[in-house]
Amino acid sequence: MNYTPSPIAIGVFLAFVGFVLGLSFYFARKAKSAEGYFAAGGSIPWWLNGVAFAGDYLSAASFLGICGMIAVAGFDGFLYSIGYLAGWVVALFVVAEPMKRLGKYTFADALDSKFNSKGIQLAAAISTLVVSIFYLIPQMVGAGSLVTPLLGWDQWMGVVLVGIVVVVIVATAGMTSTTYVQFLKGGLLIIFSVLLCICIFKAGLNMTVFEDSQKLKRELGFGDIAGVIVKDDVVTIPGDSGFKKAGTFKHFVRLEKEGRYSWWMLKKDGKVNTLIQIPSVTKLKKETKCKFTAYNHNPKVAKKEKEQELSTLELFNGYPKAANHFYQVSHLSKIVYKGKVLKAGAGTGSLGPFEFLKVLKDSEVTIFKKVALKAWTGRKGNDFDRNIESITVWKPTPTAGVLVMRPGLKFKVDPVHKKDKNGNVIIGADNKPVIDNNKTLWEKLNFVSLMLALFFGTSALPHVLIRYYTVPSQRDARKSTIVAITAIGFFYILTLFMGLGAMSNGVIDLTDTNMSAPLVAASAKVGGVLLFSIISAIAFATVLGTVSGLIVAASGAVAHDIMDNYMGLNLTDANKVKAGKIAALITGVIAIGLGIVFKGVNVSFLVGWAFAVAASANLPAIMMLLFWKKTTAKGITASILVGMIAAIAILAISPKMAEMYYGWWGVNFDAPFDLNNPGIISIPLSFITLVIVSLMTQKDNDKLDPEKVAAI
Amino acid sequence: MAGHGPAVKLGKDNASEWKSKLGIKLFFVYGIIYAGFVVITTIEPEWMSINLFWGLNLAVVYGMGLIILAIVMGLVYNYFCTKKEDELNGPGGGMAPIETKDETKEIK
Repeated sequence: MNYTPSPIAIGVFLAFVGFVLGLSFYFARKAKSAEGYFAAGGSIPWWLNGVAFAGDYLSAASFLGICGMIAVAGFDGFLYSIGYLAGWVVALFVVAEPMKRLGKYTFADALDSKFNSKGIQLAAAISTLVVSIFYLIPQMVGAGSLVTPLLGWDQWMGVVLVGIVVVVIVATAGMTSTTYVQFLKGGLLIIFSVLLCICIFKAGLNMTVFEDSQKLKRELGFGDIAGVIVKDDVVTIPGDSGFKKAGTFKHFVRLEKEGRYSWWMLKKDGKVNTLIQIPSVTKLKKETKCKFTAYNHNPKVAKKEKEQELSTLELFNGYPKAANHFYQVSHLSKIVYKGKVLKAGAGTGSLGPFEFLKVLKDSEVTIFKKVALKAWTGRKGNDFDRNIESITVWKPTPTAGVLVMRPGLKFKVDPVHKKDKNGNVIIGADNKPVIDNNKTLWEKLNFVSLMLALFFGTSALPHVLIRYYTVPSQRDARKSTIVAITAIGFFYILTLFMGLGAMSNGVIDLTDTNMSAPLVAASAKVGGVLLFSIISAIAFATVLGTVSGLIVAASGAVAHDIMDNYMGLNLTDANKVKAGKIAALITGVIAIGLGIVFKGVNVSFLVGWAFAVAASANLPAIMMLLFWKKTTAKGITASILVGMIAAIAILAISPKMAEMYYGWWGVNFDAPFDLNNPGIISIPLSFITLVIVSLMTQKDNDKLDPEKVAAI
Repeated sequence: MAGHGPAVKLGKDNASEWKSKLGIKLFFVYGIIYAGFVVITTIEPEWMSINLFWGLNLAVVYGMGLIILAIVMGLVYNYFCTKKEDELNGPGGGMAPIETKDETKEIK
């Protein structure tokens, strides 16, 4: 992977982070009171708050995660853009003004405005903390992804860097500096994303496979092996290739050369059988020493790398990561332009935005599908095999553009076909593929569940809710929301082009799809080092800003909701700010740990989880408080806790977590059902709980203060 | 309770109920259109491949349409809310933070 840091990248990055920190220290002077710290004194102008809203919201998930998911799953990634933006409609039409009217620092204030209930204060504070942490995980993962190509650091170092910088920002200045940082990076992110899109349109579409990857494959001797004999499912390799067969699994063949293993896929083209090398990552149980000569990606530096030896737990195409032998992928395998199929290697030249989408839809893309070779784990074999924790390979799959440009690649909304143990589709008596009705149903439920959580999740996110307290009036709350919707909506349209640009330019790092948008900026065909550095630095600032907002929300929940209100400590303003800062530090440490653990998972996918937990825990309580007079304090408390626990429990036993348990510990955990997005169960469950408990505790409402009830 | 109450004291908003009703109506309109996208994708995903105009399919037009519609509806909502606030609360909407009165001047 071309992750060699350049002085330009380092310079731009340091300048950006330094500027953000300087801004924070400057505004620190304005945040002496609790109101200043937690709500910027309610003094931020609506237009600035609106762009800051966009800055808060356009987190790592939006820029890194969505673009990364579009790059590998086409239109399915864009579903996140649609859902994230649609959620703002709920925020604007239903939540914005009442939240501004009823609350002070946190959303617990608004929920508790008519009840004065210890239960609500505690439950809302816990849910704020939990949702903030769920949302923090993807931000930290994204930050870690960014520093690897920028500074040449390991992922965990990036996570620690973000954690430290953010805790410094939050501990010094609070909401005022967070707002200005968000305003700045929100604006810059949109401007430079427009620039990146222009570069993508200018480069157009072509079939050239990413040159650096091609060169790497040639130099490593990983060219295709033709003339392979396949008889009765037994694969025989030609004697002169230098490779020896060392196992097969489904369509995949493992070859050995000089004690090193690589994975290949059998491609049948008429009578000719060819083996194509495919990307693989092997995780080992205990460290193994490896000798290698690192590949030099930088053609301008004609240095000869020396052979070196190091211990590793992960092998990328059979080599340690430092060997740079894992190449970037994804390219167009056929282009139809103006009704004609272009010759191999030809391109379209510059295209307009709509033409870009049309040509891609009419063409064919080779995308890489991830396959976990679970049956390989625990295999007896030789010493090397016994040391294998897990193996993941990526299968190149030519896919019609029509399928890329509509839902279905990630969320299997089309009927799912039954497959035999070798992964072949089972054909029924009517000569048609047999449909797996059970799997089809779960896949559809997953899709609906995600769209539900995205729609209802935005207005229940604590760092979005607290921003309503930073403006002077309800009218300003509304106007700033509209500015946010406009800025965010425009940006989300750009994500489609940035993601598809990455998909068609062969720049995808399969071990971390989050880097797709910055890497397309880095590609010589599209941008270059400078654009990459600026975009990455802005993306890093994006993470800093969002993490700051989340940590302020979490610290508010601890200092204001739990310590001051729930425990009744009646803290002075200064002590409340001090408690908030200590809470910020602890939250930051937790976020750092989780950011390292969830390395490599698509950040938008992780944010989808945060939305599901937020929508399940908070939204039923907010909506019912505003629109159902019979809502009681106990009903709200129960709905928050049930929604939150149900969402987390479903996630813990989901297939995606099962995949992660396998990746982390090689554990083969079978998820009881195929649901990765809990919203479809946990959101209705939370609503039902609120209604039932409220109806059972109606007498509690007799004691309420009529003035407070009328204010809702 | 020490910590409750708005961050800044706001003037009375006579348009609050009217805005709330309009918000709910628009929320339902958008919700139905959004649900339409989810339902088509779930039940008839093939329809999403239908070409509409400029070579764009239903998925792209509907998806981008939902984003643009949210912006347009937001602007419409703001226009009517601002108009109603001015009508019922006086020019400027009457919702700016209440300035603390200078009691000594009133005594004089």
